[in-house]
Amino acid sequence: MYSQGLIGSGEQTTETPEFLAAFQARIDADEKIEPNDPMPEAYRKTLIRQIGQHAHSEIVGMLPEGNWITRAPTLRRKAALLAKVQDEGGHGLYLYSAAETLGVSRKQMTEELISGKAKYSSIFNYPTQTWADIGAIGWLVDGAAIMNQVPLCRCSYGPYARAMIRVCKEESFHQRQGYEIMLKLAEGSAAQKEMAQDALNRWWWPALMMFGPPDGASEHSDQSTRWKIKRFTNDELRQKFVDATVPQAQRLGLTLPDPALAWNEAEGRYDYGEIDWDEFWAVVKGNGPLNKARVAARKKAWEDGAWVREAAIAHANKRAARQSTALAAE
Amino acid sequence: MSEAEEIPLWEVFIRPRNGLAHRHCGSLHAADAEMALQAARDVYTRRGEGLSVWVTPSAQIVASDPQDRGSLFDPAEDKIYRHPSFYEIPDDVGHM
Amino acid sequence: MPASLVTALIGLADDHLILGHRLSEWCGHAPMLEEDLAMPNIALDLIGQARALYSYAGELEGAGRDEDALAFGRLERAYRNLLICELPNGDFAHTMLRQFYFASFMQLFWQAAEQSADATLAAIAAKAVKEAEYHRRHCAQWVIRLGDGTDESVRRMAEAVALLAPYTGEFFIADQDTCDVIAGGILPDTQTLQPAWQADVEQVFAEARLVPPKDVYAQKGGRRGVHTEAMGHLLAQLQFMQRSFPDMTW
Repeated sequence: MYSQGLIGSGEQTTETPEFLAAFQARIDADEKIEPNDPMPEAYRKTLIRQIGQHAHSEIVGMLPEGNWITRAPTLRRKAALLAKVQDEGGHGLYLYSAAETLGVSRKQMTEELISGKAKYSSIFNYPTQTWADIGAIGWLVDGAAIMNQVPLCRCSYGPYARAMIRVCKEESFHQRQGYEIMLKLAEGSAAQKEMAQDALNRWWWPALMMFGPPDGASEHSDQSTRWKIKRFTNDELRQKFVDATVPQAQRLGLTLPDPALAWNEAEGRYDYGEIDWDEFWAVVKGNGPLNKARVAARKKAWEDGAWVREAAIAHANKRAARQSTALAAE
Repeated sequence: MSEAEEIPLWEVFIRPRNGLAHRHCGSLHAADAEMALQAARDVYTRRGEGLSVWVTPSAQIVASDPQDRGSLFDPAEDKIYRHPSFYEIPDDVGHM
Repeated sequence: MPASLVTALIGLADDHLILGHRLSEWCGHAPMLEEDLAMPNIALDLIGQARALYSYAGELEGAGRDEDALAFGRLERAYRNLLICELPNGDFAHTMLRQFYFASFMQLFWQAAEQSADATLAAIAAKAVKEAEYHRRHCAQWVIRLGDGTDESVRRMAEAVALLAPYTGEFFIADQDTCDVIAGGILPDTQTLQPAWQADVEQVFAEARLVPPKDVYAQKGGRRGVHTEAMGHLLAQLQFMQRSFPDMTW
């Protein structure tokens, strides 16, 4: 999975100061908020937006990796990749379910996605061109996602936290799967190693962008942090990711595409170069290489599937009607 | 009959192994009971999480109102004589 | 015997790999999210069965070909899968009906193969029969829902029935290359499975209010490596990596 920093405008709330203070006191006491509990409208809306974006990211995230299921190089890799992409679908399903406890339906959320209105993690708007991209996504994108998601297991909203616990548990194989692919390539022929390096070059910066805009520019961080929807800032998580990933790249014998990357002894962390935020915002606003193709693919699946969903409901209704007729005849 | 009607939501309960109770593990959408059962199997038991599945339409669950929490549950708080630690038994009596 | 058993195992493995490949094409594009999980579950079972069969075939053959060499390293004419497995997916009705036909057939096949004189095959069958039973159950439920759903789903199911009708006969056509394996009690004679399969299909069709096809001419050739034109394109994807980068490990 793959959440990124929440993108979108701040939510307004109209509750009384007393109500908000009482709610904040519950949060401060580390109480979990459950579906029908009283909550500020802005809390509810922020969660719907964040869980929705998170769910959409899982679902759209099936597409770039799904692009390689039929071309995986061995049967073992094919099974692992298929199981992984299937997991992403499952994670989307858990997350939509969590959002549904807040009074929004999966159908509504899906319609927002296919209309292009809803956001999802911008990294999925980049193409998967080679088999090494599957390794790089597992290693970097799932790695970044894990950094993001582990703290969400302690999110103040119960259903979201529970969904994240399940997601994190299932996802532990995803990053290892990706790293193993990279390892095999790095140890392989010159062509394989080149493929791995090329994938790393293309995915590194988009992976760093997954944590969302820098702290100063993120509209949601403050309120979300107070409500314990978010536990770390975008930059804190990004730094953790860089620090964890640099040694992994060294172990692979691959070079991260950042000349400014250097160990900072005084701070005990890696310094890294400037992220191209213009590119990030361009992709968020719909101008990434594949934004339109991704949304179109989801739209097609939804619209092509409409007759199936309608038939399932029609059959259930028919069956129920026959049953009640049979009962009446008895 | 149109897509205006959304496929209903179901709640899923899984028994991880015999000897344990079924536990709520999530929800899903299905048009009828058999499809809900199969979807529960496909969605929630991919890693050997269960030996038995229950599904129930979410709309069929009757839930207490959080507003009633005080009247429903607070009165139990001061009935400490319902707990074993309320009673004083000398140590030399042994485990009881 | 070993040579014809290897041939038979490869054919059976090809059925599972190729159909698993087709089913995996749905991943991320299903009509509802629940099916995005259900179809990969079936595809993963099929790929797992293919791996077990290829591995055993490679072992018996003793020529150093492993599961991947067999799965990816042959020319189209050497693939021996039934034609029904390689047909393009079509719509969800077509996919589910095809999967139901195949699962119903394989459930009967594996049930019979549990009694195989070959212990390895009997063990593969014992595992696969449970998987096929669930595939049959899931897909039969969809055939019933779509066959007795809306006007559109009824029309689409009827089209699927007509499109697939010529391709089910091949399940039961005796394969000259492998008849001694059947005579030796190692693999079931599929002709003996036909009545039970027919009965299963009729029962599901009755519940689905579908009309079974009549007087159909059976297409065949898969077991001799004579495929439809869709097969080459499928293999172009399946074998892409092995063709582009021969003899590397992944």
